[in-house]
Amino acid sequence: MAAASAPSVDTPRISTLILQRKTLAIGLAIIVAITLLAVLAPLIAPYSPSKLSIVNRLKPPSSTWFFGTDEFGRDVFSRTIYAGQLSLLVGAAATALAATVGITLGLVAGFFRKADGIVSRIIDAMMAFPDILLAIALVAALGPSLATVIIALGVVYAPRLARVVRASTLVIRELPYVEAARALGVPTWRIMTRHVLRNLVSPILVQATFIFAYAMLAEAGLSFLGVGVSPEIPTWGTMIAAGRQYVGQADWMTIFPGFAIILTVLSLQLVGDGLRDLLDPRLRKDL
Amino acid sequence: MTDTTHTTQAPDDADILLSVRGLSKQFLTGSGPVKAVEDISFDVRRGQIVGIVGESGSGKTTAGRCLLRLVEPSSGKAIFDGVDLFSLPEKALRAYRRRLQIIFQDPYSSLNPRMRVRDIIGEAIDTHGLAKGAARQARIEELLTRVGLSPEHASRYPNEFSGGQRQRVGIARALAVEPELIIADEPVSALDVSVQAQVLNLIQELQRELGLTMIFISHDLTVVEYLCDEIVVLYLGRIMEQGPARSVYAKPRHPYTRALLATAPVPDPNVRRERVILQGDIPSPLDPPSGCVFRTRCPHAIAACAETVPTRETVGPGHSVACIRQAELAETYQD
Amino acid sequence: MAMSTPNADNHPDALADDIVLRAEDLRTHFIMGTRTAKSVDGVTLTVRRGQTLAVVGESGSGKSVTSLSIMRLLSHPGRIVGGRLLYRMRDGGVVDLATLSDKRMRAIRGKEIAMIFQEPMTSLNPLYTVGDQIMEMIRLHEPISRHEARIRARRMLELVEIPAPDKRLDQYPHEMSGGMRQRVMIALALACNPALLIADEPTTALDVTIQAQILDLMRRLQREIGMSILFVTHNLGVVAEIAHEVAVMYAGRVVEQAPVHDLFARPRHPYTKGLLACIPDAKRDRAEDGTRKMLNPIPGSVPSVLALPAGCAYAPRCPLAEAHCESVPPDLLNASPEHLTRCWRHELL
Ligand SMILES: Nc1ncnc2c1ncn2[C@@H]1O[C@H](COP(=O)(O)OP(=O)(O)OP(=O)(O)O)[C@@H](O)[C@H]1O
Ligand SMILES: Nc1ncnc2c1ncn2[C@@H]1O[C@H](COP(=O)(O)OP(=O)(O)O)[C@@H](O)[C@H]1O
Ligand code: SF4
Ligand code: SF4
Ligand SMILES: [Mg+2]
Ligand SMILES: [Mg+2]
Repeated sequence: MAAASAPSVDTPRISTLILQRKTLAIGLAIIVAITLLAVLAPLIAPYSPSKLSIVNRLKPPSSTWFFGTDEFGRDVFSRTIYAGQLSLLVGAAATALAATVGITLGLVAGFFRKADGIVSRIIDAMMAFPDILLAIALVAALGPSLATVIIALGVVYAPRLARVVRASTLVIRELPYVEAARALGVPTWRIMTRHVLRNLVSPILVQATFIFAYAMLAEAGLSFLGVGVSPEIPTWGTMIAAGRQYVGQADWMTIFPGFAIILTVLSLQLVGDGLRDLLDPRLRKDL
Repeated sequence: MTDTTHTTQAPDDADILLSVRGLSKQFLTGSGPVKAVEDISFDVRRGQIVGIVGESGSGKTTAGRCLLRLVEPSSGKAIFDGVDLFSLPEKALRAYRRRLQIIFQDPYSSLNPRMRVRDIIGEAIDTHGLAKGAARQARIEELLTRVGLSPEHASRYPNEFSGGQRQRVGIARALAVEPELIIADEPVSALDVSVQAQVLNLIQELQRELGLTMIFISHDLTVVEYLCDEIVVLYLGRIMEQGPARSVYAKPRHPYTRALLATAPVPDPNVRRERVILQGDIPSPLDPPSGCVFRTRCPHAIAACAETVPTRETVGPGHSVACIRQAELAETYQD
Repeated sequence: MAMSTPNADNHPDALADDIVLRAEDLRTHFIMGTRTAKSVDGVTLTVRRGQTLAVVGESGSGKSVTSLSIMRLLSHPGRIVGGRLLYRMRDGGVVDLATLSDKRMRAIRGKEIAMIFQEPMTSLNPLYTVGDQIMEMIRLHEPISRHEARIRARRMLELVEIPAPDKRLDQYPHEMSGGMRQRVMIALALACNPALLIADEPTTALDVTIQAQILDLMRRLQREIGMSILFVTHNLGVVAEIAHEVAVMYAGRVVEQAPVHDLFARPRHPYTKGLLACIPDAKRDRAEDGTRKMLNPIPGSVPSVLALPAGCAYAPRCPLAEAHCESVPPDLLNASPEHLTRCWRHELL
């Protein structure tokens, strides 16, 4: 039966909706702050992240060195905010790669019956392995470097997105509006982008946020295990890996970068959860 | 009177725009093959409205989707203006997509919720390169006006419309490519009566003014009686009866058609009709009855009905019935 | 809410003896922040003993909200904000359902008043067999053993003409067709022998041949059991078949109530008249030679329940509307002793 009263819905602004959801707002605020700290590191950092000072080795946090110094006398605070640049970069790049690969695979699998058999099997096989093991194997095979870590993490997380996209594509491609487009003769690739992908923006965004968080954790894990980015490059992961030998003696070397990771990951999760609520189909009418 | 409907050859009557012959569609499902449509044949004359009626699952939608090649038919022919649509390669089919269009039942899921009305109609225009720039804009506005909306509606999203308004947008999208034949799959079933009347009037105006030919799929016999020139009655994917609407409604000859007409509710408490209430449910299409598919619910079924699939017999001008007992039953149907 | 005995709620002259349910100016609103959906805003209707009152109206007119208000099953943020729902209990006492305590309401649901819904699939629990569901319903209200309950459940399935009831008792809802599930819903609703059955579009999702079976069944059950039925539908054809009386709803109000023959013979509200005129009828709308005449749709569309007009809600679409209509909402007037209409100008019809 037709509801005849549709035009009367008020459409609140997106910004109001975000502010109404506290978790989302808090998460976003923290992420923005962390990103700003990382990007503006050259302006904020009191010392150069690589400036050695043997005399000042392993100094505890003080007003001179907010987060203390490491085994080479480098300022942990400066290194932590610089490291944010690369950690965030790895997370973002891996997410972008995972999104590109995952969305493409998901669309292809969802649209073409023939391809679906193969693609779905690959997806299932990859998801059967623990993420970190798969990443280690890939990095080992490609040789460790910043680029290979990004590629490995992108590949590892692509199936998650592929799965979401495939499942939704299977539903959407049967909907009358897609049939209408086919009846008009709209080419398949246009149907894929205009009709399917456009309706998948929200689930993709939610998944991507979580993947960003997982990828940053995984990067730290890889560095910690010594199979990630080369130890000279400051990421939160390499910093923790280096601090590991001084646990008990100079805890600040691990605590502060560790805290940076946890804070970032937590706030990404908040954003993901918040987005999921915000974009929940039951609430979508409000958008 | 020779019956043209069973011949496999397309009749060379120039009036006929679409001639469907032996259309069958089987779906392979997890629990076995489903014969959704089985050997149906009918003709659609230019400028006419042909109604396809039947209960849910009778294969109406599947038949319509096959004609548009939205699903691939399993066998049969559909001669449209001299060309068999079913044997066209995908590329050549695209040109025919302009000439045949579809309107859907559900006004909610038939419009992409993320596209503005302008883009929904514009996509149809762009796909066939019909207009650009200002001409495109003008065409969109003209179409909206044509279906009783206003040009300002172009920048709205589907969720800002009522069901009846959405159905108008769907009609405008179909009209955008100037089709000759429109398949309307239950276009008013989801609408309230007052809105339904508005949309039915619109459909008729368009049909008259643009000289459209239509296949009107419906389960509402009252609407079909009012709107259609010809009618095709489907049950479990088979044609039970077919003919000019007036003749079928005045003298229904198939027990199923009679039951359908007797059970359709009429808004008049004084009508005390002879009620033929069919017992039981429609059988599963996975395991249809042998012989006449209607026999499990037919009040006149005899042993012979289980053995032979009834062929269509002509009972009047253009009016044919698939029932082995139609001749003897005809005598009991005096009215 | 104060607990009270049925007699304490008794309004001796509020309900005539033959009346089972009377809604008086019922108002149910959904308050969402600053917006209020006045989904039901002045429903007055009467269900007589052993009769069927059909409530008919277009989508969004408030039929379901009315039914749910009577059952007190409104979901948040829906709330009865005014009016009375006088119900005559089987023991003769009269209660106001609108203000009854939740506890007493629970005892009434199922036993006094039962409800069946449009979508039989979603209102049956997919995880339990239909036998279990009927048995649970019976045992909720009556202290009997599982064995006895099963016998009763089987009898209920027989009552609703389900073939092979023993086999069906152990089946799950998804193993049944739509018509069969609706029969199960009816069996479930009637299991505790309610005095009033509320059926919200029980045949809308069904095919015409199955709809005819269900309507037939409901008529037969009413004759045999003598229950009263409030039958919600949007189909005037179904109304003509099943109803003794009809209440027509528009924008949250009952705009007309009358015995079915009176209503169809001479509708006394312009909306009802408009509705009847726009249902296609080949005899009326096609000429001798078969050419079609255009239908007479009601112009415009239903107002939003978020912003109802101040006066008569039908005024923007009404061919008889005059200035007075737009400012003063019409009272429920007697067009004849049994024929009520909410129209200032009903004499003109
Ligand atoms: N939970 C709710 N929150 C807000 N508004 C509601 C809610 N439930 C119903 N409404 C509104 O109340 C009005 C009446 O709804 P109702 O479901 O009673 O209509 P109806 O007459 O049963 O229609 P239909 O024929 O579509 O079943 C509608 O405008 C609807 O949008
Ligand atoms: N994609 C499909 N896969 C399997 N079975 C289908 C599919 N589409 C339709 N069917 C089956 O074909 C039969 C006819 O369906 P349909 O054409 O939708 O009927 P109608 O439109 O008359 O209700 C039904 O039994 C239905 O379940
Ligand atoms: S062939 Fe037999 S079963 Fe089929 S409709 Fe005729 S009498 Fe009924
Ligand atoms: S009160 Fe006035 S506007 Fe309302 S229905 Fe009657 S005549 Fe029409
Ligand atoms: Mg269909
Ligand atoms: Mg309802």
